[in-house]
Amino acid sequence: MLALAGCAGEPDGPREAVAGTPARPAHGDVFVEPILGNISGLIPQLTTDIISSQVSSLIYNGLIGLDNHSQFVPELAESWDFGADCRSLTFRLRKNVRWHDGHPFTAADVLFTHAALVHPKTPTARRDDFVAVESIEAPDPHTVHVRYSKPYARALMSWGTAILPAHLLRPWVEQGKLRESPQNWTQPIGTGPYTFEAIKSGEKVALKANRDYFDGRPYLSRVVYRVIPSQATVFLELKARGLDSAGLIRGLTALQYTRQTEYPAFRKAYAKYRYPASQYTYLGLNLKDPRFADRRVRHAFAHAINKQELIDGVLLGLGREATGPYKPGSWVHSPNVATFPYDLAKARALLAEAGWKQKNEEGLLVKDGKPFTFELLTNQGNEERKKVAEILQASLRELGVGVEIRVLEWASFIKEYVKKRRFEALVLGWAIGEDPDQYAIWHSSKTGPDDLNHVSFQNPEADELLERGRMACRREDRVKYYHRLQEILAAEQAYVFLFFRDALPVVARRIHGVQIGPNGLTYDFPRWYVPRGEQRYTAD
Amino acid sequence: MLLYALRRLLLALPLLIGITFVSFLVIHLAPGDPVELQTGDPSIESSAQAQKMLRELYGLDQPLHTQYWNWLTRIARLDFGRSFAPDGRPVIQKISERLPVTLLLNVIELLIIIALAVPIGVLSATRQHSLFDKITTIFVFVGFATPDFWLALLLMMLFGVQLGWLPISGLRSLNWEYLSFWKQHVDFIAHLLLPVVVATFGGLAGLSRYMRQSMLEVVRQDYIQSARAKGLAEAVVIRKHALRNALLPIVTILALSLPGLIGGSVIVESIFAIPGMGQLMVQAVFARDYPVIMGNLVIVATLTLLANLVADLSYGLVDPRIRLAGRRSR
Repeated sequence: MLALAGCAGEPDGPREAVAGTPARPAHGDVFVEPILGNISGLIPQLTTDIISSQVSSLIYNGLIGLDNHSQFVPELAESWDFGADCRSLTFRLRKNVRWHDGHPFTAADVLFTHAALVHPKTPTARRDDFVAVESIEAPDPHTVHVRYSKPYARALMSWGTAILPAHLLRPWVEQGKLRESPQNWTQPIGTGPYTFEAIKSGEKVALKANRDYFDGRPYLSRVVYRVIPSQATVFLELKARGLDSAGLIRGLTALQYTRQTEYPAFRKAYAKYRYPASQYTYLGLNLKDPRFADRRVRHAFAHAINKQELIDGVLLGLGREATGPYKPGSWVHSPNVATFPYDLAKARALLAEAGWKQKNEEGLLVKDGKPFTFELLTNQGNEERKKVAEILQASLRELGVGVEIRVLEWASFIKEYVKKRRFEALVLGWAIGEDPDQYAIWHSSKTGPDDLNHVSFQNPEADELLERGRMACRREDRVKYYHRLQEILAAEQAYVFLFFRDALPVVARRIHGVQIGPNGLTYDFPRWYVPRGEQRYTAD
Repeated sequence: MLLYALRRLLLALPLLIGITFVSFLVIHLAPGDPVELQTGDPSIESSAQAQKMLRELYGLDQPLHTQYWNWLTRIARLDFGRSFAPDGRPVIQKISERLPVTLLLNVIELLIIIALAVPIGVLSATRQHSLFDKITTIFVFVGFATPDFWLALLLMMLFGVQLGWLPISGLRSLNWEYLSFWKQHVDFIAHLLLPVVVATFGGLAGLSRYMRQSMLEVVRQDYIQSARAKGLAEAVVIRKHALRNALLPIVTILALSLPGLIGGSVIVESIFAIPGMGQLMVQAVFARDYPVIMGNLVIVATLTLLANLVADLSYGLVDPRIRLAGRRSR
C-alpha cells in the first residue's frame, strides 16, 4: 500500500544525517533515484553499462563484496582462504540463505554461475576471469574450492560477481538463450536485499525490500529508479523534491554543487557529499613521435601545466591532482613519486636542453627549422575535456608551443585515430576498476591496434612489475610492485597525469544512516532508514 | 478512380522494397557496429570471444546482401525479428510499447493545432494587415523560432518548481496505481499538459500560415466576388464558400502528416522523460540496433506511401475539378 504521507518534519527542518542521531530506525518509505536511460538487462554479466549494474546490484549478491573503504567484506561467503601460492581459493558459504523464490542457496549455484559464464554460448564480456579457473568443486553444499591454472590476482575480486540461480537458469544457459530468459527482463531472482517488483520500459524499475534477506530486512521498503534522460530535468526534479538523490553514482555537476544548490531550501532538504571518483583525465603524448619520445619534453609540459588551476577552472576545485593512474587515498596509491610543480622557467630550460631554444616571429619554439606545433585531439560530448584542452593550449602557448585542438565524434575518434595511433596528442580519461592491475594499459605487448596502450609506452622494468602484480594475490605483496610502478610512470611521465574528479552525490536529508567513504556511499544502502515521523511515502 | 488507386497500390510494393534496400545500405555505411558498441568501450577490457559470438548471433558475419535478403524474407512473414540490444526482445514488442504514448501526444497536438491554426489563419486572412493579423503573425513565429528544450525547461521551472502546480517529468505519479479512477486521469492529464503545450506552440506556425495563405488566395477569386455581388452575408461567403475551398490544400497537408504521427520528438521526450518512439529510434541509431531501425523504417515507409495515396485520392474526392478532369470529355 503506497500513499503519499504529509510532508512531516518540514517546519523544524529534518535532522542532520549523521551517524549516532537520536532518530530511531524504522521500516518504510520509498527511495526514488534517477537513471539516465533504460537498463539493458537484469543479468549483470550480460550487460556492460553502469545503469544496469547499478539496478542489479541490489538484487544479487556475490560471494564477497567491497565496502565504502574498498575492503573485501563477506556476502554469500562467510569466510575464505586464499592459498599462499595464489592459486587455490576456498569459500565457506553462509547457511540458511534463500533465493527470492524461497529455494535454498547452495554451492551448486556457485558452480553453476561459473559454468554459465564460461559456456561458449553465453554472450558475456566477463568471461576472462572465469576461464582462468582450472577446476571448481563443492565437497559439500556450503564449501567451494576454486583452483586457478596460474596465480591470479583478480581471483578474489572476480567472485564479487552476481551469483545466479542454478535451479532456474540451467536449461537457458545450455541452449544459449540466457538473454531471452525471464531472469533477464521480467523476473530476476537473486539473493540480494531487494527483490524485483516491476519494470516499465523507459519509465521506471521498482524494487521491493527482501524481508528474508540474510543480513536483515532493509529499512527502506521500496526503491524506484525513474528513467530521466536529461540531466537538466534531474536537477529540476531535485529542486522540486521529486527525487531523493541526483544519482548515487553520478551525482551533481561541479557547477550545480558549488553555485546552484547553496540556497536554504535546498540545504534543508538535501545533504551533499563528496568523494574522489575512480576516474582520471590525462594528456597522452604519442611516444612514437620523436619530439615526445624525449623525456625532457614531457617533463617540460608537465611543469608548464598548472594542475591546480586546471582543477579550479574545469572542476571548480572539486577534484584532486593526479600523479599517477591510481586514486589518491586508495590502498595502492603511492604518495612518494616525482611531482611536477608549475614552473615555467624550468619548463623552458628543459625544452632548451632538448634542443628547442630559438623562437620564430610568432613566438613559437623552433628546432631544425621546424616550429613546435602539434594537434591535440579529444572527443565530442564532454565539456570538461574540451575545457581541459583549451587550458592546455593556453599554457603551452606561453611556453612557445603551438597547439591546435580538434574535437571528434566518439566512434570515429576511437576507430580512426586512437586505435590506428594516428595522433600526436590527446586528452582522454580512464575509469579505473577496483583491482590495481593495469597490464592492458601499460604493458609493452599491448600496443597493437585493438589494445589499450595508446601512447605505446615501453619500459622493461614496468613490464615486469605489471606481470608480478598480476600474479601476487596479497595486498601486502602487490603494493610493493605497484608503488614502484607508480614511481616509474611518474618519472617517465608516460602520460601527463592531470586530475581525478570528485563524485558529488546528493541524498535527501530525511534519510539517515548514510556513511561516506573513499569508495562512495552505496555499500550500506540496506541500512539507510527514514524515521517514522519523516517518512514521505509510507509503504509496508 | 478505382483503377488509379489499384495501380498506385501495385506500384507501392516495389517502391517499398527499394526504400528498405537503400535504407539498409545507408545504415550499414555508418561506422561502428552494434557488437563493438556493446563490448568495445576502450575503458573496459572486452572479450574478443564475446564479440565474435554476438556477431554470429546477429548474423553480422554474413555478407550484406545475404543479411538484407534474410531480413526481407522475415518481414514478408511479418516477423520483425529481435532487437540487437542486450535485452533481445522482439522488435514488435519494443515498438508497440512506445507507440501508444507517442500517438496520443501527436494526435492531441494535431487536434489542438488544427483547432487553433484554422481559425487563426482564416481570421488573419480576412483581417489582413489588422492588429490581430500582426500580433498572431509575431506570436506564431516566436513559437516557431523558440527552441523546444529551452521553452520546456522554463515552463518546468515555473510551473513545476516555483509554483508547484504541475509535475515536471514522466507520465504518471509514483503512486498512480493507488489513485482513484478519476484522480488517475487527472494525474495523467497533468503530466501531459506541459509536453503538449511545448509541442503545440512550435507547430502552430506551419499550419496557420498555410491556412492564411490559402484563404488569401481564395478570397481574391472571382467566384467570391460574385457571391458577394449576389448579396450573401459576409459570414456566409467566408464560411460556406471561401473556407471550404481554402481547406483543400490543408486536407492534403494533414493526410501527408499522418506518417509523422508515429515519430516522436526526441528532444521533448528526453526532457520530459516520456518513453516514446523518438527516444527508441535515436537510441537504436546510436546503438546501431539495425532490426529496430529497419522495423520502424518499414512502418513509416508503408504509412507514408499509404498516406500519399490517401492524400491524392481525397483531393480528388473533395475537389470535383480534379475528379472530372480525369474523365474523357464526351
